[in-house]
Amino acid sequence: MFERLLALDRRWIFLFVAVALTIPFFLGLSCKSYVSPEVKALYAALEELRPNSKVIVSFDYDPASEPELNPMADAFMKYAFHHRLKLICIGLWPQGPLEVDRCFNRVLADPEIQKLNPVYGVDYVNLGFQSGNEFAIQGMGASIYNVFPNDMRGTATSQIPIMMDVRDFSNVDFVFNLSAGYPGTVEWVQVAVDRYGVTLGAGNTAVQAPLVYPYLGSGQLKGLLGGMKGGAEFEALSGHTGKATKFMVSQTFAHLVVILFIVMGNVAYFAAKRKGGRA
Amino acid sequence: MRRQIPLLITGFVGAIYIVTFFIPATRFVETIATDWILIIQAFAIWLGALNLLKLSIMKLSSRKPGAGYAAIVIVCFLITAAAGLAPITRGEHFLSDHNYLAENSTFEWIYNSVYVPLNATMFALLAFFVASASYRAFRARNREATLLLGAACVMMLGRVPLGDAITGFLPEGWTLSAWADVIMNFPVLAGQRAIMIGIALGIVSTALRLVLGIERSHVGGD
Amino acid sequence: MNVSDWLALQVAALLTLGIVSFLYKDNPIYKICESIFLGVSAGYWFTVLFWENMVPKLYENISQAGSRPYTEAGVPSLLYVVALILGIMMLLRLFPKLGWMSRWPLSVVVGATAGLWFITYMQSNALSQLRATLLPILDFQAMDAATGTGLSGWFNKYLGNLVILVGTSTGLCYFYFSKEHKGVFGGLARVGIYFLMVTFGASFGYTVMSRMSLLLGRIDFMISEWWPSLFSGWS
Repeated sequence: MFERLLALDRRWIFLFVAVALTIPFFLGLSCKSYVSPEVKALYAALEELRPNSKVIVSFDYDPASEPELNPMADAFMKYAFHHRLKLICIGLWPQGPLEVDRCFNRVLADPEIQKLNPVYGVDYVNLGFQSGNEFAIQGMGASIYNVFPNDMRGTATSQIPIMMDVRDFSNVDFVFNLSAGYPGTVEWVQVAVDRYGVTLGAGNTAVQAPLVYPYLGSGQLKGLLGGMKGGAEFEALSGHTGKATKFMVSQTFAHLVVILFIVMGNVAYFAAKRKGGRA
Repeated sequence: MRRQIPLLITGFVGAIYIVTFFIPATRFVETIATDWILIIQAFAIWLGALNLLKLSIMKLSSRKPGAGYAAIVIVCFLITAAAGLAPITRGEHFLSDHNYLAENSTFEWIYNSVYVPLNATMFALLAFFVASASYRAFRARNREATLLLGAACVMMLGRVPLGDAITGFLPEGWTLSAWADVIMNFPVLAGQRAIMIGIALGIVSTALRLVLGIERSHVGGD
Repeated sequence: MNVSDWLALQVAALLTLGIVSFLYKDNPIYKICESIFLGVSAGYWFTVLFWENMVPKLYENISQAGSRPYTEAGVPSLLYVVALILGIMMLLRLFPKLGWMSRWPLSVVVGATAGLWFITYMQSNALSQLRATLLPILDFQAMDAATGTGLSGWFNKYLGNLVILVGTSTGLCYFYFSKEHKGVFGGLARVGIYFLMVTFGASFGYTVMSRMSLLLGRIDFMISEWWPSLFSGWS
């Protein structure tokens, strides 16, 4: 029996995973999220910002990372609008500008945000994408106008109200980086934080999050949202419940499935080995 | 000469970025170099896209099996590029209208309905493969592997509400999520830091070799 | 919902199912979807680079050099001609006989990256991290002053700095391959391996979390957006 288990066609495993992850969508369960210290640290850093503080939000991800980073982006934008922070959105990935647009479309469809009446160019702006990876960040340290001469709509950056007194990082109060890889949080820390003294918070995919914990420990990064769980924690703290919180039950099922497979695989392996069978 | 000049360029440009760090008054030179890099990297990305087009055309003209798929690549590239470059024909002057993402633009439609689902689903497949790999390959054969799997299971349970539900009988602050926090903020931080420092020292020495011209692999042969 | 949005949902769902069909086995539908993805990706990158980089930084700076001789950062506008020439040399890689010319712009990028990484990796990833590791392990005043409850608080107070110091130094010992891992040094490297195994285990746990999240996103799209659209139609 154990040999048959070990030789199981992987398509049965795929089917089991698909069913196990689909079922929670119909259960209508909800759960509370424990908030980890790194998320609390990010929230505390944001609470120190005064209204009209200038915040750069860097959308460094593509549609593949949307399920993890969109909830963080939405919750952060809603928090920023409620606290009257001025948002300067850029992208260091080519997909960044469109992810910014999609985020704004979602957030501005919220009636609570519509009541605040944010105005493009005054309260938020999308400066688009620039190639160059860490060189784009380096260039922003000298002149943001030089790296982003226009916004997404073609208006000269220096003519946009929100950008009129923002020439470089010294005029920026906080940077929030949503990152799925390279370029991302590591480059923002290396160039913007250590060279130009920027205050940086980050939201990372869960794959990347463990890699930036040393920056948290050394104080180069003020706070971190790691994966969908980090997004759910920030939603809980900021009071803007969204998809990350909704998906936590499904995430639980997903992790249980993987742990079950690890245990089953090891039990079958050791049982077959003990029987002297091929493992 | 075909190798010497690129080597000199590498060393000179590399030296600019090192010298301007230590002599801030010279940072203007770095600003110019950075601007050039942004543009060259844009052309490098264009090179990738055009190379794909070139290879697809070659595959199509060779009429080998699979040439049909190359035709699809070419057609989709041309349609997307045409939709995106449409604003060239708008505006008062040539290239005066930059708004390639105007509301209800075809380009944005293609991004939302074609690019997003394809990109997202390609990566979503990894979930199935990670589950399959967990079943088939992850064996606690020795002490180190057991430690690895144990840490993985603690993290997987500690980062979902189930972890706290299972260990709810423990005092607050001692449940599985707290264990996950401690693991991330102490031993994982230390391990990642060791890896980070090791990689950094390797990169620093390789960068120095490149700037000094000792490492020449990037200029290839004549 | 208008026709365009409804159609977008149907196209997205069809493409999603086309990619997922790969899980059963490799098939022509998956290959078609893959080819569409390649073509659209290349077209997308081509377009975005054109509007976000080529037009504002190259075309406008060079064409308006007469009326605007310097950019906002004080860079002479005509200097961008050099960047244009280097960029065209990069594109010459497409032609085998002229491909050698692409080594020049490549060397600019390689040199700049080497110069920048020399400083940034030394500063951020080596020196800052080493400084953050040099922590006191028996500071009774700090222990008394430390706040925080639960396991995290206890660790912060008593063991945290020791774990970080021991973990980082033994991990570095493991990566030192110029000396054989025997005796005391071998023991230190072994402790380092244990820290690294915990690190990799946690990374694997996070990787599982990440991959499952991506799948949940697609399932949510199919259930919450596409399926209802089949019954609601368009208006």
